[in-house]
Amino acid sequence: MRFDSLADSVGRTPLVGLPRLSPSPEVRLWAKLEQDNPTGSIKDRAALWMIADGEKRGLLTPGATVLEPTSGNTGISLAMVCRQRGYRLVCVMPENTSVERRQLLRMWGAEIRYSPAAGGSNEAVAVAKRLAAENPDWVMLYQYGNPANAQAHYETTGPEILEDLPEITHFVAGLGTTGTLMGTGRYLKERVPGIAIVAAEPRYGELVYGLRNIDEGFVPELYDPSVLTSRYSVGPKEALRRTRELVQEEGIFAGISTGAILHAALGQADRAVREGRPAEIALIVCDGGWKYLSTGAYAGTLEEAEAALEGQLWA
Amino acid sequence: MAVQVRVPTILRTHTGGAKLVEGAGATVADLFRDLDTRYSGLRGRLVTGDDGAELHRFVNIYVNDEDVRFLGGLDAKLQDGDEVTILPAVAGGAG
Repeated sequence: MRFDSLADSVGRTPLVGLPRLSPSPEVRLWAKLEQDNPTGSIKDRAALWMIADGEKRGLLTPGATVLEPTSGNTGISLAMVCRQRGYRLVCVMPENTSVERRQLLRMWGAEIRYSPAAGGSNEAVAVAKRLAAENPDWVMLYQYGNPANAQAHYETTGPEILEDLPEITHFVAGLGTTGTLMGTGRYLKERVPGIAIVAAEPRYGELVYGLRNIDEGFVPELYDPSVLTSRYSVGPKEALRRTRELVQEEGIFAGISTGAILHAALGQADRAVREGRPAEIALIVCDGGWKYLSTGAYAGTLEEAEAALEGQLWA
Repeated sequence: MAVQVRVPTILRTHTGGAKLVEGAGATVADLFRDLDTRYSGLRGRLVTGDDGAELHRFVNIYVNDEDVRFLGGLDAKLQDGDEVTILPAVAGGAG
């Protein structure tokens, strides 16, 4: 396949079967390999769409400064697109994210401002909003509330999956900004009657939920619960166990958030088997495991790996 | 109808610092009323609206890791041995 530039090659990722993890020939799992995107994660789709939308609406002009709260992948994707198009990028990132993510951001030319570990991405959002107020000429794309994030998945991820798996019964993805689930979920629900749209949400260590007050909580503006059928909270132990199973059984080396998604997908598969119903379950592999090697996720016992993740934003 | 309830740091002022407490109830709403008899003020932090009929916007409740908002909300049924997790809604996650 030939493309005019790297950014033009975003999307059209493979959907591969998971024959060893699928419980039966009637209940099958399919993995959408988003690590095949140019910077190695699903966030390339949202980044490209948000930048293109900002340009179309005249917000982004040559030499503009883009600002974004991100725990890593969105920042890396934005950095790639911004570098190509000549924008400066400032990322606000919690300090408890993996060292690889920071190195990658710098490599692609992004500036990093850190937010405190306690409070996780909540704090990154708060710091970014403060910076946006102080620098009115900067453009905050704001992935949590930018409709172009969900639209990227409505226009690409959804159609790609339906084309490759017209018999789909379940779609399972991670819940962060909610963009993947809102966009893909809406597209599939409009076309596949009765499809289940299932969210897997990472459950972090206590530090991340260290709000001073419940009213400081955060629900992304993009989130519309009516798109979802169910939503699961997946802790680090299950996420790590499934991440390892995915590489051991199917040879897919994925990041830890994918383990959480696989855990929720296998739960749906088990239910289908119990109820004697066929199922074709598509799940998202968000990124590869490379950026998480330093977290210890792939070495030692599960207990050791879980202990090493305590306090980390692993998804 | 005993269930285990995991309480987040921010709400442990109501449980004397306890991270894991036991409660009872046929539904999540019943459970909250039961917990409030021993952990005064806890229910008021979790629900809003007239008579506490709604779950607080920034509170997520999971029964055996499934979000109760997709199981009937406060009317979600509980069974003996269920694990209930209370968490504040925060930003994070892939996707």
